[in-house]
Amino acid sequence: MKAYHLVVNGERKSVTVDPSTPVLWVLREDLKLTGTKYGCGIGACGACTVHLGGLATRSCLVPVSLVGDRKIVTIEGMSRDPIGRIVQDAWVDKDVVQCGYCQSGQIMSVVALLKANRKPTDTNIEESLGGNLCRCGTYVRIRDAVKSAAEKLA
Amino acid sequence: MFAVLIALFLAQTTDGLAAWQKVHSVLTSPRCINCHTATNYPQQGDDRHRHFANVIRGPQDKGVVALNCATCHQSQNANSTGVPGGQNWHLAPLSMKWQDLNDQPLTSAEICRSVKSQLDGAHLLKHHAEEPLVLWAWNPGRRPDGTVRTLPPLTHAQFVEATRQWIKAGTPCP
Repeated sequence: MKAYHLVVNGERKSVTVDPSTPVLWVLREDLKLTGTKYGCGIGACGACTVHLGGLATRSCLVPVSLVGDRKIVTIEGMSRDPIGRIVQDAWVDKDVVQCGYCQSGQIMSVVALLKANRKPTDTNIEESLGGNLCRCGTYVRIRDAVKSAAEKLA
Repeated sequence: MFAVLIALFLAQTTDGLAAWQKVHSVLTSPRCINCHTATNYPQQGDDRHRHFANVIRGPQDKGVVALNCATCHQSQNANSTGVPGGQNWHLAPLSMKWQDLNDQPLTSAEICRSVKSQLDGAHLLKHHAEEPLVLWAWNPGRRPDGTVRTLPPLTHAQFVEATRQWIKAGTPCP
């Protein structure tokens, strides 16, 4: 066990965990930030996506020992992010969610996309979200919501 | 005297070509060639299939935003999940492609010319000896099923020595 000092959603947090503990489980079990979901545990579904140092990252794959001084932002921090707020509103407007399990990861990827590209094409959206799976098949509504959010950001 | 010089030249070329064949055997192993594609995607596995999740090369060979290489590939292998990792994980640039657009390896001669055109001897030797992603090929970690990934056909020391011999012989190509 080792102590780690993290910055999560702008707040300093300290945890004492095994160095190999994935960030996902530090968030969920130690910090009780359960908006980030466990899907596959092998980086194949995207449900656990967070922003690590500004980069959309699969938190199930990153041991806490590799975080270093990179800031972590989770779905819980999105309501305070100007783009995150707009994306969440678009999600509500377009009634994107069915079961909802994958949607926090979807939103984290979309926010990363829109921070880099305010006018994404269908191809941009499909490529950037290629690693976020939705078993309910809400992809069409996701794309509509991304475009809606992009229009508000224009 | 002239005949002796010719004989020495031919012997050096023969030795150089033999060294190149050793280098080539490593370059075309899946641990290396999977990221030296001519397409807009990397490959994975010993069967060199297209990377899952529609992973795209992207403008800087590091994926696209929200699906960058580093979205999954960290600075070290993750043996608990089977996701490989290394410093600055990325695709080789298209200028260093060793395959055609049908995912087939280029000929030995074509790869040889490609390698020569990109780096001079000193830089090539340094690249093969020290580049973290080259070194990763000999420490590729475990697959998701827990088995160890296949290594290149030579040891890293043999690979570097073969590179040295090839350069010493004047980098002859088939």
